[in-house]
Amino acid sequence: MFKIYKRIPQVVAVAVLIMSVVMTAAHADDDNDEDHRGADRGESHNGKYSGEALGKPLQPAQVNAKWKQECSNCHIAYAPGLLPAESWRKVMAGLDKHFGSDASLDAQENKEITGFLVDNASNRWNAPTAPLRITDSAWFKSKHDSHEISPSVWNNPKVKSPANCGACHTKAENGSFNEHDVRMPK
Amino acid sequence: MLRISWVSVFLFVAGLSIQAAYAVTPGEVLDSLRSEAEKSTAGFQGFSATRGENFFRVKHGNEWSCTSCHTENPAATGKHAKTDKPIDPMAPSANAERFTNPKKIEKWFKRNCNDVLDRVCTPQEKGDVLSYLLTVK
Repeated sequence: MFKIYKRIPQVVAVAVLIMSVVMTAAHADDDNDEDHRGADRGESHNGKYSGEALGKPLQPAQVNAKWKQECSNCHIAYAPGLLPAESWRKVMAGLDKHFGSDASLDAQENKEITGFLVDNASNRWNAPTAPLRITDSAWFKSKHDSHEISPSVWNNPKVKSPANCGACHTKAENGSFNEHDVRMPK
Repeated sequence: MLRISWVSVFLFVAGLSIQAAYAVTPGEVLDSLRSEAEKSTAGFQGFSATRGENFFRVKHGNEWSCTSCHTENPAATGKHAKTDKPIDPMAPSANAERFTNPKKIEKWFKRNCNDVLDRVCTPQEKGDVLSYLLTVK
């Protein structure tokens, strides 16, 4: 009996250790479930993305504040996962002539934002291209072809441009392009 | 104990003065543009709100004028000519944050002057425009 009493601290320590391991595993499971559900709700029904099983979100939960602030001045801050790293490098190297506008940043800001974009760029890009425009990519075109989207939607002044993701994708600013969140403007 | 509190007071005051170095008033911006213009503009005669208003409204050889995005009324919310994204009013009377952040002022004068004029604006032009914006109620 005496021996067991003496061991109580060790027993408690082992129990706490086991509990913490079990809880960590449970959390990890939750996260995985979230990722899979997210991917399933997203673009799972055809093979065009080919990499969604990797489960990387288009936009990480923790975003860079400078990216959010600077890139959402004139348009939504497009999710880093919408383009491959090489595209972001090109975009960020040409900000003084950014689709017809000067959007230049100072060297420090440019470096920080480029780092965030490249680190979180698409890992599902299977085309040998690195376009500057998200809308020039093969996957964008296939997702928005005339079978999917009537031409009248594009002509709606509330849409104005295919670059205006938020016109239909109500959660575009959060990097979510889930089909269930699409609302075509009337 | 006394020494520690003096250190805190010093740090607090130092912190305040660093903040003050970054936050300015539109009047201070105008003053610093004036001293730039005095150095760089031969025969500088001061700023003119009328000239600034004209500069703001007309095109300068490119597709866009200032009003293309900021509208004819600088006290109103503007709209990006390409993306339609709302732009807060330019007139300090309608938007207390305007012309209070030197870095932001420099960044946007550079960008917008390049878009509208294909060059940087002179201190004279910037001062004229700011003088105009300060007259808008």
